[in-house]
Amino acid sequence: MRAYIIRRLLLMILSLFLLTILVFLSVRLLPGDVIDAILGRMMEISTVGTIDREGLERQLGLDVPGYVQYARWLGGILLRGSLGESLMGRGPVGQQIVSRLPVTLELGLLAIVIGLVIALPVGIYSAIRQDTAADYAGRSVAIIGLATPNFWLGIMVMVYPAIWWGWSPSMELIPFSDDPVGNLAMFLIPSLILGTASAAAIMRLTRTMMLEVLRQDYIRTAWSKGLRERVVIIRHTIKNALIPVVTLIGLQVPILVGGSVIMENIFNLPGVGRLMLIALNDRDYTMVAGVNLFFAAAVMGANLVTDLIYAFLDPRVGYK
Amino acid sequence: MNEHRRRAGLGGFVVRLVKEKPLGTIGGIIVLILILVAIFADALAPYEYYQMHLVDRLQGSSGRYLLGTDHLGRDFLSRIIHGARISLTVGLAATALNVVVAVLVGGVSGFFGGKVDLVVQRFVDTWMSFPSLLLLLTVMSILGKGLVQIIVVLGILGGIGSSRVVRGAVIAVKENVYFQAAEAIGSSQWRIYIRHVLPNIVAPVIIIFSINIGGVIMSEAALSFLGFGLPPGIPSWGGMLSREGRQYMEAGPWLALWPGLCLTVLVYSLNMFGDAVRDLLDPRLRGGAGRYGAAGSKSLEKSRQGTRSEPDVPPAAPSPAARTRKRR
Repeated sequence: MRAYIIRRLLLMILSLFLLTILVFLSVRLLPGDVIDAILGRMMEISTVGTIDREGLERQLGLDVPGYVQYARWLGGILLRGSLGESLMGRGPVGQQIVSRLPVTLELGLLAIVIGLVIALPVGIYSAIRQDTAADYAGRSVAIIGLATPNFWLGIMVMVYPAIWWGWSPSMELIPFSDDPVGNLAMFLIPSLILGTASAAAIMRLTRTMMLEVLRQDYIRTAWSKGLRERVVIIRHTIKNALIPVVTLIGLQVPILVGGSVIMENIFNLPGVGRLMLIALNDRDYTMVAGVNLFFAAAVMGANLVTDLIYAFLDPRVGYK
Repeated sequence: MNEHRRRAGLGGFVVRLVKEKPLGTIGGIIVLILILVAIFADALAPYEYYQMHLVDRLQGSSGRYLLGTDHLGRDFLSRIIHGARISLTVGLAATALNVVVAVLVGGVSGFFGGKVDLVVQRFVDTWMSFPSLLLLLTVMSILGKGLVQIIVVLGILGGIGSSRVVRGAVIAVKENVYFQAAEAIGSSQWRIYIRHVLPNIVAPVIIIFSINIGGVIMSEAALSFLGFGLPPGIPSWGGMLSREGRQYMEAGPWLALWPGLCLTVLVYSLNMFGDAVRDLLDPRLRGGAGRYGAAGSKSLEKSRQGTRSEPDVPPAAPSPAARTRKRR
């Protein structure tokens, strides 16, 4: 077990190292010079005719060759745990991510909870009443849910309630500490939209796995020894069927990351996903690199945790 | 002879599709209609999609403009019709590129095995651990907006994810006696790959194509929606939803309604059709351990995850066998 974890961590470090190179190279290729962008902005606000371009480059650390920049950046991450400074004067990248993280986390966690609350009962019911009207209804809705773009749902929620009832979602963040109910209410809609997409995938897997377990010999044994349906389903079937579902929840993380970028954009939530879009528009190299690296590490971490939980839940799965 | 057999195969396939998969058939018909709409967009659209009628800005549905007009007085139906062409062009082209990349990367990795496989797979791992939308956004912002750019980006990125499926299939082919026989008589590597491996991985390749295309179209729409996909001049459904749809949502709610609805119908139909094709070509992929062995089925499932949030192949799960704890 310990050897397995160590091996996985080493592989993860290798992957992260490859990622730093990829991320670093890719953001250096962004078109348009960041210096020009900053100069342009400074020209707008300052009255001084000329600005020291080389001085600015030196100040931002862009005057040295690329590999030195990379070494500095990587060194900063490894030695000081720092992802560098925003090139656009937004302060340290790490700090920006941390300050915006609660919004993204709340959105993601609520989405997972909502997804599970919808998916598990529907998936289980759909399986134990296979080929009934309810089963078909559940499956059809799930398939439609998978095909509906979440950004469209988001826009529809903005458009039609506003027209029909003059209601529109809050466009300003309500801090949880100020008004917990208002905060949850404003997160409810974006996380419901994100959650329904995961719910469709989780529901389908839950149903498939339930059906597979229901066909097992030990379920027939449970029935034939006269157990009530509730005991057969809850104690014998669900417990075994839900193990792979746990893995799927872990695999939803990258999709939730993408979804949070979209939802934060539509609902004007100041999260990490929005930071990414802002940084891309501004060509803020270090910010883009930092956010990319952060999300990738989060996804890898989630994958590792999922695999460990899976092996813990199912003793038949060995660590190798 | 060969020609004849293949044709019978296709006809037989269609018959089976209609008989066994009614939903998939309906999906296929809708897709076919939309493809026809895309091909004959110029003839079907009542106006040019860029033609402005400034007097008739933001009008609702009427006999003259069936789906109303946008903020520049452009006929929205014409724009939606041309949007189908854009979506399907991106979808088909990028998915075709997916297949090429998947066969190249997965084929090389699986065919040569050993160290090549190890190195390639580490890169694929890294690639796939990246949240795909972020990667797409970053790369698109490097290359800039455009039709060619988006096809190349979606084509290559999606293909790398799908290469796992091809790799699994190639490894399975290598187990066969005919493969060893070809090696034994001294066929060249190229000849073996082209004559013996490629024809035997056609099924997974068709499956990749039919499964990926919905996700590719959705990704293009999402990127255009976020402003990193197609430039404003091109009538992309995702772009329309974001620009006209969001800016004029109160004056013209239909500008947000129709592009999304069309996108949903297209992706839904493609998914239904794709699922049916997969089930017919490879029933073993529906559930349980996949045909590519335990490891293969996990990677297949993960590779699908990249483009589409809907793995119904359970992850490397040995089918839950007897292990219940008695509490009495």
